[in-house]
Amino acid sequence: MTDRNMALAQLEQGEQAIIEFKDVNKWYGEFHVLKNINFSIKKGERIVVCGPSGSGKSTMTRCINRLEEHQKGIITVDGIEMNNNLKNIETIRKDVGMVFQHFNLFPHLSILENLTLAPIWVRKMPKKEAEELAMHYLERVKIANQALKYPGQLSGGQQQRVAIARGLCMQPRIMLFDEPTSALDPEMIKEVLDVMVKLAEEGMTMVCVTHEMGFAKTVADRVVFMDAGEIVEANEPQEFFNNPQHDRTQLFLSQILNH
Amino acid sequence: MAIEFKPSPSLPPPSTAVGPVAWVRHNLLSSPLNIILTIFSLYILYLLIPPLIEWGVINATWTGSSNKACTGSGACWAFINSYFEQFMYGFYPSDQTWRVNLALVILVLLVAMFAIKKINRFYLTLVIILPYPILAYYLFSGGAFGLEPVETAKWGGLFLTILLGVIGIVASFPLGALLALGRRSNMPVAKAVCVIFIETIRAVPLITILFMASVMIPLFLPDGLNFNKLLRVLIGIVLFSSAYMAEVIRGGLQAIPKGQYEAADAMGLTYWQSMSLIILPQALKLVIPGIVNTFIGLFKDTTLVYIVGMFDFLGRIQAANHDTNWLGTTVEGYVFAAFVYWAFCFGMSRYSMALERKLETGHKRN
Repeated sequence: MTDRNMALAQLEQGEQAIIEFKDVNKWYGEFHVLKNINFSIKKGERIVVCGPSGSGKSTMTRCINRLEEHQKGIITVDGIEMNNNLKNIETIRKDVGMVFQHFNLFPHLSILENLTLAPIWVRKMPKKEAEELAMHYLERVKIANQALKYPGQLSGGQQQRVAIARGLCMQPRIMLFDEPTSALDPEMIKEVLDVMVKLAEEGMTMVCVTHEMGFAKTVADRVVFMDAGEIVEANEPQEFFNNPQHDRTQLFLSQILNH
Repeated sequence: MAIEFKPSPSLPPPSTAVGPVAWVRHNLLSSPLNIILTIFSLYILYLLIPPLIEWGVINATWTGSSNKACTGSGACWAFINSYFEQFMYGFYPSDQTWRVNLALVILVLLVAMFAIKKINRFYLTLVIILPYPILAYYLFSGGAFGLEPVETAKWGGLFLTILLGVIGIVASFPLGALLALGRRSNMPVAKAVCVIFIETIRAVPLITILFMASVMIPLFLPDGLNFNKLLRVLIGIVLFSSAYMAEVIRGGLQAIPKGQYEAADAMGLTYWQSMSLIILPQALKLVIPGIVNTFIGLFKDTTLVYIVGMFDFLGRIQAANHDTNWLGTTVEGYVFAAFVYWAFCFGMSRYSMALERKLETGHKRN
């Protein structure tokens, strides 16, 4: 563990990236989904990943907590290399929260139980303490009055806010968002983005796959554009939107911004 | 100023929309075809019910010591009456049957305690699956605490049927869940073992397994090493139904969206935590009808132990039919058997429906 402590200490001083991809490659059978991904994210950075569907952006994000395995290259998260070591994977997953496109709340548990499950079983927190923590985060996403309902009784926007609160309950160092607003009605997108903006303002390290370019402009430290399994371009939002370097980026931006 | 909107007051519905009249109109007389079907059904009932009541109640004989007592044209319930104790307990000594009843009453009380909110369900379940069977075993077989020993060969009747059914159900359920998880496991060895077990057992009739258990296994075992026939038969039944249970539960596991597995993984839950807290509770809820189906099938299949010389409820009735004092009472025996089996199976299916309603947590959206 001393190696990790050293790595963590370096991390705190901002010397080392909290997430690092080195020559990462991944295949689905014959299909080459991630090609030579080299990328690093510093602590507290907010990264927005965009690109056409099938470009590998979700896959790349899901490699960070090893919901997907990569076949070549090195991914280091929080000073731990992601490999088949189950202990390492469990350690990382404790520290990395994730929010999915389809919320993936547990429909057989109440909202409160959805939130307290991981703190109780993974962090071994006493039930009472976990419930207090859960109510704290539910209040932050402005949904505390629904704590005893079931996910099926909530609107999509409410469910996604619960999902964010559920991720936060593990008090993670990194939050991953995989198209968090893509399955929502236009009216509900704002309430979810508001929560995410607030979270970003508090300094959470965030990796967010999204098509919400407004969110990218206001919140992101860097915007990453992917196509065909490669990172085409990564830049600060100002530069990225006003002065894209690649023609592929230009085409993508013209298509999503002019409709 | 804007005009204020006031909802109009609600009026009571017309008598054609609610109440018994509406029910009859809606369910029995809603279309010409429906009217014809209603009249036809009433006619069938008219043909069936009065003779049945005449046979089963009005002209029936209730008491007597042989078929000579049954002189009327109705059912000879005296047969059931005089054999009742054997139908219930087999050849269990009649002065000891209180032990069976006591075990059953304790079980019913324990299960009823699930309704009390204050009692922790987990501990109650532990009590039912750990100390209770030991207590029941000593009550049934005796030989300790000053209870007269009763060998298992004397166990029979409805007592044996319930014993086989309950143990079969309680043991095959967790075993089936493990087999289902194993079959979907990423570990090649575990997967292969589960697939081979399930496919082998499902390819063999229960009768074959019971024969194996009662006749073949003792042949292979070395002299002196032998264990109880009832136990061997029970193991056979449990293995048999666990294979079916596994496939039912696997169906439920496959219906759970991938996102649930991913959400559980992303939280850092271990495999067993995510299965027992997230996946199985949802999967089992989905397949309650299939599970209860298997249980009902198992309960009725236990009657096959008759073939290996054990007298369960139906077996005992069939044997009693050969009693020369009671010749000609076959129908009464089978009607009684049918009624008892129906009562148990109907109870199980009603319970499963109630359970489904209780576990419903709103719209299934993801």
